[in-house]
Amino acid sequence: MSKNLKRGIIAGAIVLIGFIFYSMTAGFNNEAVTLQENAKTAWSNVESSYQRRNDLIGNLVKTVQGAADFERKTLTEVIEARAKATSVNVDAGNLSPEKIAAFGEAQSGLSSALSRLLVSVERYPDLKANQNFLNLQAQLEGTENRINVARNRYNEAVGNYNILIRKFPNKLFAGMFGFDPMTRYEAEAGAENAPDVDFNFN
Amino acid sequence: MKKEIQMNSQTKFQKDSMTGLRKLFTLGIFLVSFFGLAQKDIPPVPDVEKAVYDYADMLSSSEEKALRQKLETYADTTSTQIVIATVASLNGEYIATYATEWAQKWGIGQKGKDNGAFILVSKNDRKITIQNGYGLEEYLTDYNSKTIIDQIMQPEFKRGNFYAGFDKATTAIIDLLAGNFDPDALRNKSSKFDFKKLIPFIIIVIFIIIAIARSRRGGGRGSGGRRSSPDLFDILVLSSLGGRHSSGGSFGGSSGGFGGGGGFSGGFGGGGFGGGGAVGGW
Repeated sequence: MSKNLKRGIIAGAIVLIGFIFYSMTAGFNNEAVTLQENAKTAWSNVESSYQRRNDLIGNLVKTVQGAADFERKTLTEVIEARAKATSVNVDAGNLSPEKIAAFGEAQSGLSSALSRLLVSVERYPDLKANQNFLNLQAQLEGTENRINVARNRYNEAVGNYNILIRKFPNKLFAGMFGFDPMTRYEAEAGAENAPDVDFNFN
Repeated sequence: MKKEIQMNSQTKFQKDSMTGLRKLFTLGIFLVSFFGLAQKDIPPVPDVEKAVYDYADMLSSSEEKALRQKLETYADTTSTQIVIATVASLNGEYIATYATEWAQKWGIGQKGKDNGAFILVSKNDRKITIQNGYGLEEYLTDYNSKTIIDQIMQPEFKRGNFYAGFDKATTAIIDLLAGNFDPDALRNKSSKFDFKKLIPFIIIVIFIIIAIARSRRGGGRGSGGRRSSPDLFDILVLSSLGGRHSSGGSFGGSSGGFGGGGGFSGGFGGGGFGGGGAVGGW
């Protein structure tokens, strides 16, 4: 075998390997970008449905204050928990596990304060029949479901992305291109029961 | 020596792919256990896309027929799809989330308009939910849905009058949406001009004019056969395309031709659901 032929084969092999590498990584990179963006969009839906809930709770507090001489302590707890929940925001571009955990904690704090409020409403028959209150109650219940759905879709999107970047050989490139695994938004203990807060006062 | 290295790298490669596979496998198990929350599977999109799916046999066949006729006619005239489904049990699922995912998977309502509504009833759990697509949110609010469930469906269901409950509830939904819903379809039907839709048509016309002008000018350069007939053909094709474009369909695909059974013409259109709606029981 002549030297030239050998060189030719080696050069050809390098070009071939380079081409294979390029086509594998380019495809992976684009798919990973798409899935990551999908997950980020899904996260912003999670945040906006929580925001919707925060707005409704704000109105609920006003209605409760206006309609009855309501227990101060329960109300204050909701107001404080709501302020905390509104202050914790997670930027979709920076979804670190710690931030997501802090967000979840603040939201579940609000969930439990809200459920205590709704339990004490039981003792105020006028409030229970208040049109405004009933309306907000129905909207809150619908919004808990919106949150559930948004969270499921976010976790599904994260799952799709994580599977892609962990698959062989993609996981070799993932680190190279800076595709880190994303964090799910796990239902905190008891949070998945939030919609079961008894809204049926009939 | 060289061969050994090759061997080594090969086994390493296999090992890597093995651990990759194993990780994937554990991830898979993790996923399954996570989505294991969904204990009850959503039925696959049916072949015949109709308005009533009485899986729990709560309606007689004539009642089912009457509801279907009402809702499918309504869908044909407004493109808004209202679908009723009954199941025997939820197997522990939370009805609202389950119904949202169901409606989303089936794509009830039209894509882009998201004008679907889904009523799901679980017979053994004695639970009712109404879920609305994004597009109906404004009219079929959570509170309206709640009112329909509590004030209309619940009393009828308590007496065992399932048909009356469904009939009155769907009438209430239609009334809610009537008059003020689907302004898009009305706008398309009326003579009001949408200039944006004309743009592609105008561009095509300009192209044709340029093409004709060119072919006239270029006529002297020979190849005379090319000139006349293909251009005329192009004009016909293009203008027919343009014509179809400007009449831009507001209704999903044209008749799907579902044999005998009827159903929604065009089937489910791919409407989206985000969880809006209400839940109740009887």
